[in-house]
Amino acid sequence: MNTLYHRVLAGKSGTSGLIAMAALLLVVLPCTLNIFWINVVGKYLCFAFAALGLVVLWGKTGVLSLGQGLFFGLGGYCMAMFLKLEASDPISTKIQSTPGIPDFMDWNQLKHLPALWVPFKSLPFSLFAVVALPALVAFIIGLAMFKRRVGGVYFAVITQALALIFSLAIDGNQGYTGGRNGITDLKTMGGWDIRTHHAQYILYFATALLLLIAVVLLQWLLSGKMGKMLVALREREDRVRFSGYDVSMFKVFVFCLAAGLSGVGGALFVLQVGFIAPSLVGIVPSIEMVIFAAVGGRASLYGAIYGALLVNAGKSLFSESFPQAWLFCMGGLFIGVVVLFPNGVAGGWDWWCKQAWPVILTRLKDGPPPPATLPPITAKGEAP
Amino acid sequence: MSETNFLLAIEDLTVSFDGFKAVDSLNLYVEKGELRVIIGPNGAGKTTLLDMICGKTQPTAGSIKFQNQELVGQTEHAIVRTGVGRKFQTPSIYENLTVFENLEVSFPKGRSVFGCIAFRRTPEVIDRVHKVADEIGLRESLHVEGAFLSHGQKQWLEIGMLLMQEPELLMLDEPVAGMSPAEREQTAALIQRICRDRCIIVIEHDMEFVSRIAHKVTVLHLGKLLAEGSMEEVRNNPKVIEVYLGH
Repeated sequence: MNTLYHRVLAGKSGTSGLIAMAALLLVVLPCTLNIFWINVVGKYLCFAFAALGLVVLWGKTGVLSLGQGLFFGLGGYCMAMFLKLEASDPISTKIQSTPGIPDFMDWNQLKHLPALWVPFKSLPFSLFAVVALPALVAFIIGLAMFKRRVGGVYFAVITQALALIFSLAIDGNQGYTGGRNGITDLKTMGGWDIRTHHAQYILYFATALLLLIAVVLLQWLLSGKMGKMLVALREREDRVRFSGYDVSMFKVFVFCLAAGLSGVGGALFVLQVGFIAPSLVGIVPSIEMVIFAAVGGRASLYGAIYGALLVNAGKSLFSESFPQAWLFCMGGLFIGVVVLFPNGVAGGWDWWCKQAWPVILTRLKDGPPPPATLPPITAKGEAP
Repeated sequence: MSETNFLLAIEDLTVSFDGFKAVDSLNLYVEKGELRVIIGPNGAGKTTLLDMICGKTQPTAGSIKFQNQELVGQTEHAIVRTGVGRKFQTPSIYENLTVFENLEVSFPKGRSVFGCIAFRRTPEVIDRVHKVADEIGLRESLHVEGAFLSHGQKQWLEIGMLLMQEPELLMLDEPVAGMSPAEREQTAALIQRICRDRCIIVIEHDMEFVSRIAHKVTVLHLGKLLAEGSMEEVRNNPKVIEVYLGH
């Protein structure tokens, strides 16, 4: 029981963080927002999965990937392919020249379902692929890069290039992928209509619950030896290597973990939004995911979720009024946070709880202290 | 190369960086239970030699046999797992982990990814950590983060991290650099204590320290072996005086 409390819930602060997060996602937001906004928040939470992965990969292990959109997209496309096949039954596609295949294939004169698509007729396989395919791709990329000791900025640039290649490859193969328009017009999952308000509520709660489960599992993982190993890796890779560890395999593992999480986010995104397109998986979304993690606090699991909510909310509100300026704003936000507040919102909250608030509390209790023993509040306060 | 009784047998070891031979056809044999000190002026190839033994640098030619097992061509972690430990010149410890965690991470169990996930802090692990912490004099600081240790304590902690692995061969690169005289005393005593069960190779510049601990001294110069013997013999060797001690 005690181990459970300390490992899964990460002690007192972890438990209160989890309760606050659960209350916000499962009670406060559903009670205060209408279905339109619930759906929008549900979409934000999908990006939080990718941000969670980046916390472990970038914040804890120090490996920055600028290509998480690739894995988000793989998960999303796996889900969308299943939904599209279900929506393209021979009866509803009977006006096509080849009924029973997705409409965009018909437009591109395909006569048969490509072999790549066939396994996605099965729901269990598709759900498995949502996690397994991104993880497998990450495993191959990770093995190729980390075994050769590719790291730092090179890794970031290569992952970014891969995300671009992926989105271009989808874009350029319209007959097989739906091209630039993406895969649209998704209707049901196993006969269950995903477009109704009722379904959208259920999908929102499913997303929020899965997110909380992911947080708890990651907390469990990071509270054990793995958490210490990742910190050790980030700080002194050589020391870890010369302590008998195969450093590259640890990085591959974390990369796969982050990819799998992104994939889950992508699949939930497709279910809630009803389509996927290459513009959602390329460079810009990949960098946005990094910004969510950075703003929330790159080393904090909860921070990543708050970061995804805050930045996305800002994006929705702000980009409506100033669509041209939004990207600059986003870039400025990223640079500002990384330079001035490397620990993001979570770091600020930590500082407030551990340093600022206790000082204010003692002052309120004991009155202002004599100037000579004034605690160095400003000196500490400046460092976020 | 034939089977030898030496713990470490280095033969014809050469490494060249763009034509510059940092280590040049070097032969070196170290016995079990020996404490060998390697000295030599800057650029003599001392650190490069350790780099090659632990796999950080690949030699151009030659062989390194540890317990009659060829080390050349093996990966770093594989070499560590055969029983070779290496301490770096600047203290490399994990600053954001406590002394306990630093030692725990160095415990040679759970070294694979899944082994690491399944790893539990068993009484055996705690026991070993306490034992090593006693040995390196950090028992009182077990819950202090690495960043808050003094320079000397960091050096000891790194030696402790190596002891957790129970290596047969321990290589220390300038272990007393930057230490106060009192800390040097303690380090010398520590090295003499831990030497009983294993073989240690030390690189050092401080002659007073070397004469305190060394069983045998090897002098390198321009990547070649210049002299080998007891501290007394080496000190009186005219070649050594000329290139190194005479300065």
